[in-house]
Amino acid sequence: MRYLPLTQEDRSGMLAKIGVDHIDALFADIPADKLLSSLPKLPLHKGEIEVERVMGRMAARNVSASSVPFFVGAGAYKHHVPATVDHLIQRSEFLTSYTPYQPEIAQGTLQYLFEFQTQVAALTGMDVANASMYDGSTGCGEAVLMAHRVTKRTKAVLSGGLHPHYAGVVQTLSEMAQAEVVALAPDLLASEDLLSHIDETVSCVVVQTPDFFGNIRNLRAIADKCHAHGALLIAVFTEVMSLGLLTPPGEMGADIVVGEGQSIGNALNFGGPYVGLFATKSAYVRQMPGRLCGETMDAEGTRGYVLTLSTREQHIRRDKATSNICTNSGLCSLAFTIHMSLLGQTGLKRVAEINHANAVAMANLLAGVSGVSVLNTSFFNEFTVRVPGNAAHLVEQMAARGVMAGVPVSRLLPDAGLDDVLLVASTEVNTDEDRAAFVEALKEVL
Amino acid sequence: MLNRQGRPTTPGTSVTAAHLTFTGNKALAQIEPLIFEIGRLDVTGVDYAAPKPFISRLGGLERKNEIGLPGLSEPEAMRHYVRLSQKNYGIDTGLFPLGSCTMKHNPRVNEKIARMPGFGDVHPLQPVSTVQGALEVMHTLSHWLMELTGMDAVALSPKAGAHGELCGMMAIKAAIAAKGESATRNVVLVPDSAHGTNPATAALIHFVVKAVPVRDDGTVDPKVVAELAGPDTAAIMLTNPNTCGLFERDVVAIADAIHAAGGYFYADGANFNAIVGKTRPGDLGVDAMHINLHKTFSTPHGGGGPGAGPVVLSERLAPFAPVPFVRHTDEGFELAEDTAQATQHGAHAFGRMTAFHGQMGMYVRALAYMLSHGADGLRQASEDAVLNANYIRAGLADLMSLPFGNRPCMHEVLFDDAWLKDTGVTTLDFAKAMIDEGYHPMTVYFPLVVHGAMLIEPTESESRASLDLFIATLRDLAFSVQRGETERFTGAPYHAPVKRMDETRAARSPVLKYAPPAPIVEAAE
Repeated sequence: MRYLPLTQEDRSGMLAKIGVDHIDALFADIPADKLLSSLPKLPLHKGEIEVERVMGRMAARNVSASSVPFFVGAGAYKHHVPATVDHLIQRSEFLTSYTPYQPEIAQGTLQYLFEFQTQVAALTGMDVANASMYDGSTGCGEAVLMAHRVTKRTKAVLSGGLHPHYAGVVQTLSEMAQAEVVALAPDLLASEDLLSHIDETVSCVVVQTPDFFGNIRNLRAIADKCHAHGALLIAVFTEVMSLGLLTPPGEMGADIVVGEGQSIGNALNFGGPYVGLFATKSAYVRQMPGRLCGETMDAEGTRGYVLTLSTREQHIRRDKATSNICTNSGLCSLAFTIHMSLLGQTGLKRVAEINHANAVAMANLLAGVSGVSVLNTSFFNEFTVRVPGNAAHLVEQMAARGVMAGVPVSRLLPDAGLDDVLLVASTEVNTDEDRAAFVEALKEVL
Repeated sequence: MLNRQGRPTTPGTSVTAAHLTFTGNKALAQIEPLIFEIGRLDVTGVDYAAPKPFISRLGGLERKNEIGLPGLSEPEAMRHYVRLSQKNYGIDTGLFPLGSCTMKHNPRVNEKIARMPGFGDVHPLQPVSTVQGALEVMHTLSHWLMELTGMDAVALSPKAGAHGELCGMMAIKAAIAAKGESATRNVVLVPDSAHGTNPATAALIHFVVKAVPVRDDGTVDPKVVAELAGPDTAAIMLTNPNTCGLFERDVVAIADAIHAAGGYFYADGANFNAIVGKTRPGDLGVDAMHINLHKTFSTPHGGGGPGAGPVVLSERLAPFAPVPFVRHTDEGFELAEDTAQATQHGAHAFGRMTAFHGQMGMYVRALAYMLSHGADGLRQASEDAVLNANYIRAGLADLMSLPFGNRPCMHEVLFDDAWLKDTGVTTLDFAKAMIDEGYHPMTVYFPLVVHGAMLIEPTESESRASLDLFIATLRDLAFSVQRGETERFTGAPYHAPVKRMDETRAARSPVLKYAPPAPIVEAAE
């Protein structure tokens, strides 16, 4: 077997050196009646060519985003990632290393984590960021628990514009952690009255911008009222590229900013792995979950980096830790850092402008289709349209015509009465031809 | 025709004393500043044409202030990150015996397959009809995991081991609630030898953690479990093989004791690599166990993730598995994405762990790894992992101290620091000296149940020659300790890119991001 260097001769020689005559002597602690006498009922080993063939057949049964006009978003976005990024993250020293427990031989990892933290803090307008969470949704759950630790309260208010999966994660975690959640109704037009829910019992308010329906929200009034009542504002984003054009949540008074970083550096991957971005104010750093990388010096005074403030973490504090997170999204945060370093603020702003321009162009075209109306007054690269009839059905019909039209809102909110609402995302990958194909297919199926 | 100009072709006089260089670089070892020190605000490494003029619809919330992040041209970015990579130690660099982490070879065909457009370039919310192959991967992976563990169901979506623990413990909590016992059954037993994630997970969802002392031989005593277990017991979280590198030989009795008390058996599957194809957790009484795909099934550790932590569940817990899950019907593969849909299929899903469907990129790699090994190769891999660890044990037992005696271990071998007593060398010093010898150190100071722990897990990926050199190196270091050559250890590492790092300084006044140096203000005349 190509992955196993030992030969039969090696094995018998080694057993002799150990002083046993059979490999099962080393498994003697397993109760004899529990030791398997035959192989599991699974196929036997395969050569690389066969494995590629079997896996390739499965891959071929999926329609890839690049192969069709593609407008699917709702928390994961199709962007162009420079080839440099994927090359660099596959370097052995990055790919096959682990959590930098030994900083003297992990300065590569530690330095990019320090760069990552700096980039995330700058983008979100916050003081500090951690070295990544699993993804935006789990980071959102952690943010709520962190707010409870800071405020010593246990009630979270969730905006109806929060991504339904994020709300689901928060609700599941809160229910299990015996914390209260007030989830407002799905808020298609960003017209909900969040302020009236903020009082002295509230630990945190969770608001997404651009929200699940694409609306861009001003957080200042919510932040002010939260702070007047001793609550924290948790600002959420699912499209990090929006921060290239929009006022960052930190400048609108957010206390914790958490979101999905997939759009920068990371492929769609059918939903994961992605990278959760998590930032907050300096005052709350000791209540943060996750790894933190900090600058220090070595024994000769040379600058370097280490994991720090680990007394918050599970491997030190066990049941008193701020989170149970251990392995996070190291390589995805590297992809983010490299792509962000290539973009710089100049490139990020430019590509964000193109996203917005393409979305506006798409919205304008759809507004001209009879029976279709664009519902948003503001948006970045994603918006909702009302279509005649069932949006899920329409998406299937358009897929059959080779156009991925978007996400029917009913897929994530089946009981919201929004069966005729479609979420359409448009990024820098879309062309005039893609938009024309969309409109043509739409007219055919309407 | 070459070398007509008298170019010297022999090295000349060898000088051992190193010269300080002008740059601070040491040939291939390059000093590398932060991107914020080499990038410029108006530089970018991507080329995009400006969009045609259009009417913005940002609702008046345009960014007013600069982000303040510099960019790099493509060659600068390439060089910067290549240089950083050269300051890292990976599995491909050398033996990486980090106990409990299973740093095995990462086959590159898995990377190639994960990047096929049909896997890497597929959106989680495309119509289900356009992702049948992706769902087939999830379904097939689930089948392999159930078959290898002897369990009834799989929750694939957890993002890493600790997230899998959380998922398993949530399923247990949901099952307890369904029996109406939430108010009374809230204690989780956790052995002292457990990973820190175990008690942290239990505490996160408001279980009360009760420690189980480990007996003198490094394992858990079922009689102690039976004494501690009662009507308030929700579960035990037991790692098997445990973090001392030993198989919990009384695991069945422990499971019986927990079940008799009405509790559940959560197994931490971090060490599954020792027993794949040898025994099945389902046959040992386990109710839930996470599997670290990045350990046992070789998805790359990536400098700290991404991982993947699918949880296998017993028949008793299977109905409570979270959404989403894949179903295979006559029409093809379907996804149950919310709890209402799950209920339609007779399940009582406790909720959702994450957005979308979990770590698809890791599922693909793990499945490719499983197909490559097959049932026979997977069992052989476990046997080789255990053989390699015992070979190291046999090679070092006369010099280093084994806290639980010189008896067979599983896929990792645990030493303590009794043999370093009064030598002036600590476990950390010894680990740092290993760096100078070209090795990544083992896990140190864990598990907490032995003093100055050194947990060595070589994995099945090492050849006998590699192990022989490793053993010889550690023996040389041990003799050096005996000879009193403490400087070799206390000043180590000498040959790493940096000297020993000051962690205390980092924690005392944390610097967690780059701040530009204060501008020099010229004094007014």
